[in-house]
Amino acid sequence: MSAARPIANTRSAAGMPTGRLAVWWVIASEIVIFGGIIASYVMFRLSHDAFTAAAANTNTWIGAFNTFVLLTSSLFAVLGHKAAEEGNGPKAARMLYLTSLGGLTFLVVKSFEWTHEIREGFTITSSTFWSFYYTACGLHALHVLGGVIIMLIVAADARKYLELHRVELIGIYWHFVDVVWIFLFPLLYIAK
Amino acid sequence: MSHAEHTPHAESPAYEAHTHHPNYVKIWAILASLLVVSVAGPFVGIRAVTLITAFGIAIVKAYMVVKNFMHLNVAPRYVAYLVGTMVIFMLLFFAAASPDVMKARGTDWEKPSWLHQAPVAVPAEHGGEH
Repeated sequence: MSAARPIANTRSAAGMPTGRLAVWWVIASEIVIFGGIIASYVMFRLSHDAFTAAAANTNTWIGAFNTFVLLTSSLFAVLGHKAAEEGNGPKAARMLYLTSLGGLTFLVVKSFEWTHEIREGFTITSSTFWSFYYTACGLHALHVLGGVIIMLIVAADARKYLELHRVELIGIYWHFVDVVWIFLFPLLYIAK
Repeated sequence: MSHAEHTPHAESPAYEAHTHHPNYVKIWAILASLLVVSVAGPFVGIRAVTLITAFGIAIVKAYMVVKNFMHLNVAPRYVAYLVGTMVIFMLLFFAAASPDVMKARGTDWEKPSWLHQAPVAVPAEHGGEH
């Protein structure tokens, strides 16, 4: 954290730190990726009644539990952001560890859910619905996994009062992952 | 310089607060309550209620997360325009592609017959119809 480090951390023209601008830029590109999948799913869902029958096989309670887990992890992420702004690195790190725990819980539940569904015969090639299901949830799960890994790295630094501004940056990303799930949940688990 | 334009302080272990922090636990409680409503919606058995409680609440929840957790409201306005533009692109994609997907025929085109067939679930060896 030397002041002499030759890295530009602020773009005056952008009106915000470079890192935050970069995260928003990533999110903008992610909207197109997930938005494309969701829009495609809605097109097929509205025009194929078979989707209704296939969607009846997803477990709403598991989806709801995972939604709750992600919402709660988002709470910890934003509390970590608040702690970082107050200069409390160890607390920010603890909040990020709890956020990571939420992400890992989400992935474990998802893996059990997928195992059950695959054993029941619902694989990615079973039907168009299941292709969308595994593609959308799989891509989202990869984002959760990536977020958890980055969060653990940021938390390790935050514990030592290093790079505290990154707590906010990984938080913004994590909330976006949460928002994506907020839309995937009703599409795949509720609208049957 | 507005409070949204403060930047991380390179020399300081912390950085300047740029955000007003609302009561996050209260917001989380509202989000959790909305989740309960969205899960309960289908039990009413009315399709319109299910759609409203599922997708209407999803939009409200997403707005609350973006505003209160991601703090889009205190970011420079162009960030909202950037994100909004991507959402509009998604809607344009839907508008342009949906006729091909959702209609059987149009001007000078018709889907081949095999595309009229609805996708059918194929159970695995140990699976079954569910």
